[in-house]
Amino acid sequence: MILLTKRVGISYLLNLVCFKPWIQLDFKWLCNQGSLIDVRDKSSECSGGAFGAEFRRFSLERSKPGKFEEFYGLLQHVHKIPNVDVLVGYTDVHGDLLPINNDDNYHKAVSTANPLLRIFIQRKEDADYSAFGTDTVTRKKNVLTNVLRPDNHKKKPHIVISMPQDFRPVSSIIDVDILPETHRRVRLYKYGTDKPLGFYIRDGSSVRVTPHGLEKVPGIFISRLVPGGLAQSTGLLAVNDEVLEVNGIEVSGKSLDQVTDMMIANSRNLIITVRPANQRNNVVRNSRNSGSSGQSTESSLPSSTPNILANFLQGEEESDEEDIIIEDSGEPQQIPKAAPTSLESLTQIDLLHEPTQNGFLPSSEVNLNHSACNVSMEYEVQNPDRKSLEEDGTIITL
Amino acid sequence: MMKFRFRRQGAEPHRERLRHDLFAFSKTVEHGFPSQPSALAYDPRLRVMAIGTKAGAVKLYGAPGVELTGLHKETATVTQLHFLAGQGWLLSLLDDNSLHLWEIYQKEGCSHLEETRSFGLPARPGSGAVCSPSITRVTVILPMSSGTVACLGTEGGAVYFLALPALVLLEDKTLFQDEILQSVPDDYRCGKALGPVESIQEHPQDAGRLLIGYSRGLVALWDQSTRTVQHLFLGNQQLESLAWEHSGKNIVSSHSDGGYMVWAVGGSGQRTQQPITAVIPYGACDPSAFPHSNPFVIFSGGMPRASYGDRHCVSVLQGRILATLEFTSRVIDFFTVQDPEVPEGGFENPRALVVLVEEELVVIDLQTPGWPTIPAPYLAPLHSSAITCSYHISNVPLKLWERIVSAGEQQSPRLSSAVSAWPINGGKNLAQEPTQRGLLLTGHEDGTVRFWDASGVSLKPLYKLGTANIFQTDCEHNDSLNQAGEEEWPPFRKVGCFDPYSDDPRLGIQKITLCKYTSKMVVAGTAGQVLVMELNDDKSEHAVSVATVDLLQDREGFTWKGHDRLAPRNGPIAFAPGFQPSVLVQCVPPAAVTAITLHSEWNLVAFGTSHGFGLFDYHRRNPVLARCTLHPNDSLAMEGPLSRVKSLKKSLRQSFRRIRKSRVSGKKRLNAGSPSSKVQEANAQLAEQAGPPEVEMTPVQRRIEPRSADDSLSGVVRCLYFADTFLRDAAHHGPTMWAGTNSGSVFAYALEVPSQEKFSERAVEAVLGKEIQLMHRAPVVAIAVLDGRGNPLPEPYEVSRDLAKAPDMQGSHSMLISSEEQFKVFTLPKVSAKTKFKLTAHEGCRVRKVALVSLASTAAEERVENCLACLTNLGDIHIFTVPALRPQVHYSCIRKEDISGIASCVFTKHGQGFYLISPSEFERFSLSARNVTEPLCCLEVSRLQDTSSVTPKVQQANGTHVPHSSGISIPPHGSPGSPEERQATFSPGSVDSPNSSMENPLDTTGDITVEEVKDFLASSEEVERNMRNASEDEVRPAGIFIK
Repeated sequence: MILLTKRVGISYLLNLVCFKPWIQLDFKWLCNQGSLIDVRDKSSECSGGAFGAEFRRFSLERSKPGKFEEFYGLLQHVHKIPNVDVLVGYTDVHGDLLPINNDDNYHKAVSTANPLLRIFIQRKEDADYSAFGTDTVTRKKNVLTNVLRPDNHKKKPHIVISMPQDFRPVSSIIDVDILPETHRRVRLYKYGTDKPLGFYIRDGSSVRVTPHGLEKVPGIFISRLVPGGLAQSTGLLAVNDEVLEVNGIEVSGKSLDQVTDMMIANSRNLIITVRPANQRNNVVRNSRNSGSSGQSTESSLPSSTPNILANFLQGEEESDEEDIIIEDSGEPQQIPKAAPTSLESLTQIDLLHEPTQNGFLPSSEVNLNHSACNVSMEYEVQNPDRKSLEEDGTIITL
Repeated sequence: MMKFRFRRQGAEPHRERLRHDLFAFSKTVEHGFPSQPSALAYDPRLRVMAIGTKAGAVKLYGAPGVELTGLHKETATVTQLHFLAGQGWLLSLLDDNSLHLWEIYQKEGCSHLEETRSFGLPARPGSGAVCSPSITRVTVILPMSSGTVACLGTEGGAVYFLALPALVLLEDKTLFQDEILQSVPDDYRCGKALGPVESIQEHPQDAGRLLIGYSRGLVALWDQSTRTVQHLFLGNQQLESLAWEHSGKNIVSSHSDGGYMVWAVGGSGQRTQQPITAVIPYGACDPSAFPHSNPFVIFSGGMPRASYGDRHCVSVLQGRILATLEFTSRVIDFFTVQDPEVPEGGFENPRALVVLVEEELVVIDLQTPGWPTIPAPYLAPLHSSAITCSYHISNVPLKLWERIVSAGEQQSPRLSSAVSAWPINGGKNLAQEPTQRGLLLTGHEDGTVRFWDASGVSLKPLYKLGTANIFQTDCEHNDSLNQAGEEEWPPFRKVGCFDPYSDDPRLGIQKITLCKYTSKMVVAGTAGQVLVMELNDDKSEHAVSVATVDLLQDREGFTWKGHDRLAPRNGPIAFAPGFQPSVLVQCVPPAAVTAITLHSEWNLVAFGTSHGFGLFDYHRRNPVLARCTLHPNDSLAMEGPLSRVKSLKKSLRQSFRRIRKSRVSGKKRLNAGSPSSKVQEANAQLAEQAGPPEVEMTPVQRRIEPRSADDSLSGVVRCLYFADTFLRDAAHHGPTMWAGTNSGSVFAYALEVPSQEKFSERAVEAVLGKEIQLMHRAPVVAIAVLDGRGNPLPEPYEVSRDLAKAPDMQGSHSMLISSEEQFKVFTLPKVSAKTKFKLTAHEGCRVRKVALVSLASTAAEERVENCLACLTNLGDIHIFTVPALRPQVHYSCIRKEDISGIASCVFTKHGQGFYLISPSEFERFSLSARNVTEPLCCLEVSRLQDTSSVTPKVQQANGTHVPHSSGISIPPHGSPGSPEERQATFSPGSVDSPNSSMENPLDTTGDITVEEVKDFLASSEEVERNMRNASEDEVRPAGIFIK
């Protein structure tokens, strides 16, 4: 397999774009050469050092990518920058620029190379963190215009918040269209991060509007957010938010311990519906008058909502946690399902059933388009566990 | 697939009917000894006894299998119980000073116990607000021999008369203290009141005369008809109790100074100053001072407080023979059982002495020299040492059963004769003979394993196995100490078996498994000991071979900080007939064994602790495999049980908080209806009341965090399983071993087991086949392999002995893994998920116990379904189909606060189960509509008067009453032919039902024979001591009892 690495300073994305045809030509040529190790150094080791881009090509064995550390050392070696801290990135199949900073995403990057892996290296101090993420490639045009208009680009120094530990979404607000404005359905993506979920819940009482007037009913509330935790970093959950549902199941009538167990059981793909204590930041829908009272929608929460959510969830759930099986070959692998399930077919079926039905899902015609995304995420999920098993050093290879 | 889903929806009504035939939940019977007994009564005519508890329960026991239970609406201590002899009425007094009348009534041929009315004594008329309520507090109850009147003595000194069974106060008959005081000489009176009524006794021959004793010591003989004091006995000692001698010539009074006095009732004069004799039996006196005569004197207490104040004693004195029976818990009450005929000389001939102490019931045979104890066929003190685990075996082969019974008989020879010698034998057991033999094994803290006959309604002890003698423990048997006791005065004799003190907590039994075909048993304990035992009909003396298995496997950086392993005794050890250990395997580190399994065909035993698991070949006596499951970051696993005390405390505190929480929020109470569940609730309420006043805490918070690989104790092995299945490829099946851990890992090993003939030559080998990591990381609580037809694999030897169908080895096998959060079925050998049910994510409850049970339909016996029964941390039982994992039904069974109850639950193979409702009682429940074990009994009562006018409940016996919601009233679901059979057995019983007595009203007095009166007198004498022991902690009163 052939890798092409490129060291580039932020200001010279322009160069990247310019050189692109050349690179691809070069690929072709390299491909013809088979697995020959060919390192092309196109560096223009300018005296300033700041304005330059250099290219290297070399090959790696796909089946044995090795460790990230080794790879990093290799990059530093081939670029002759042994003591410079760099950020390593690559472009995935969707053209997104994604970082490589640990074994997992390194392996992932290697496995997605088709057959070429484009690696980008940036010096850490002048790195542009915003360059990572989705749609980086399509955004390049904007980047280009930015570059072309130097006054715009110039000296809006980037505030470095943190290293981009992960390029996956960590949280989202979902189902905005079907929920009352006073409610918020938050999805926390725990996988792939080492961050704790980081929140606590407690018992409490809330006031409900009922036909008999205002009534005090027991409820479950968020009592504490752990600083630096996932819940806090999303900004979507706050202390004293009332928890209404966990993954589509209403919590009313359930004890604190039951809700705790439900949340932990769903912790890898936790969807909680809350009524925020602070109602000022609610999403205001265009279709609605801003004057409409949020409270009035409270009791009219459509009964179909959990149903739809449940359907959606089941499809998600199926993929969110697949057990790992280590066969006697010693190769960890995911436990496959009898047949992959498409989200669409699921929704169709489940609309005809109660949402609380057994989680068993029928296999049906495969709609790979839809599940493709899920599958790629699954592998990401597996990695930490595989790692821990390997650390154990107890896997016996037969 | 999609079609399949639709069809399932359509098939629901049919399935609904099937469910109805398969599943039914009922709590059927309580086994063991009632928790916190507080009162005792005996009906000599019905030959049944009643025990009242602090939770307000009333339990009647007669012949084995005859059991009735009732519960007061109020959760209050039952302080007194009195039978109206022979009439099937029972009077109870609660500590809220209310009287309740219970009736034994017939319905559908079976007897039931129900409260019919209650009564509270009104405040004394006239004095109204002035007097304190304690004035009318009932201290003594005496139901008169006529059966129509009961006398109530009160704290204020007045005696009230109550018409029975209407519980109407006969106001004109009330006897106030003033009337007695008129005839008391002034110098005795000293201007003081006489104090509360301490005792009322009816004259044995003349029912019109009552002996009334007051607390200060005055005893008066009162003639009801003339309303005059006939005689006064001017006692100077604080009175504790009174008793008539059978002839009516003498009375005996007992006093707080530890003595008793005998007084003559002879006619001379109206007052007696001095007793005939005054004896302080345990004073500084010589045993030879006792008069040589035949009567039995039985009394409780009487010990010199300074030296023996802490002992619980009942003394039995006959002539020169004195036995001081010493119990390990407080004496509640006692009574004697006698033969109906009274021999010459005027004294009854007591057959047996029945003593109820707080933790057990002890029966002494008074007719056999040496007064041995009679083992009880029920009310077994399950908790004689705390129960640490339990195990149930159903369908025990007759051969094994007989061998266990004979081992038990050799252990205590009287056990077999117990049923015939058992003196309390009233009533008829109508339950059918159990169709199969069920064995319940309980492991105890002191290292014993007890075998119980759990086939029927009464749980009978069969055999007791001790494991302590294999080890060197700190406390060697203190036999020598007991021998020295022979010389001691008073002659203490230890009776009963309640001994909650364990010599060494490491001896505690954690896991038991038994192969019913080969009689091999494996018992594992707290210090990592695993004992392989064999049943031997002869006694033997041999050395036990010892092996150690290192489960840490040279893992670096771990030091065990817990207890040491038990040191095995060297050299040959003598073993009595029964289960004898052959091999002892000790785990290193010696943490408690958390899982064991046995495969007697392969001669293998697998065991797991919090550190790993091991496989041992007990035929060749060598270890096959050891595997460490510890996570490198797990430090807690090495601490041992001792340092976990703190966290235990914490969790206890949390559970207390949860209890309070649930009370505050007023959550629904579980499963009202069946009387036994009410008993439980009442017990729980009592426990809550008894708890210390709670301090307000900060609001409880719960952390939401997914389980991570390095959670503490993630390496605990939770389950082990042997199966002959396809692990490596779909063409060849073979022996496999499976292990599941706390962190959601499953390890599967392929085993190379040599054929039977080559066991001695070739060693067993184990190779790792698969490792499965469940992503949700919840503890794996059970693993089972299902054959091609979806049935669980049979037990070893079951097929070869034609006791089970051979498993389908053609179709593909599947594996059911149950974690605390979800159930999953995987295909084999290629492990891919087939079905799953996420219990926690949907219901918010966690799996605590799970078992594969086969339930037979009531509609057709051959229709049997294998189901997964699951008990959750909320105390609910859920049933799922296998392997489709579709939820079928769920029932609430145990209160969620009852953590020990949930932890103690065991399921049987055929859909019954047991759990502890108190340290001493198992509740038996049934999930099957067909397989139900419940008490069905009949007590023949003869009412003295027609009660239909006053007792609305009588109508229930006519069948017009809506069926009682309790499990007891449901007819048994036996074989299809049984209803007719039962009808036949019931018909004679119905002659004596209240229904028929209505048609042939008995004359109130005409039918009473002299014998009956005598019987009744005996019972009324017993009755008066009931209160005595209530405040025994301070004063140790001497109840006197002369026969």
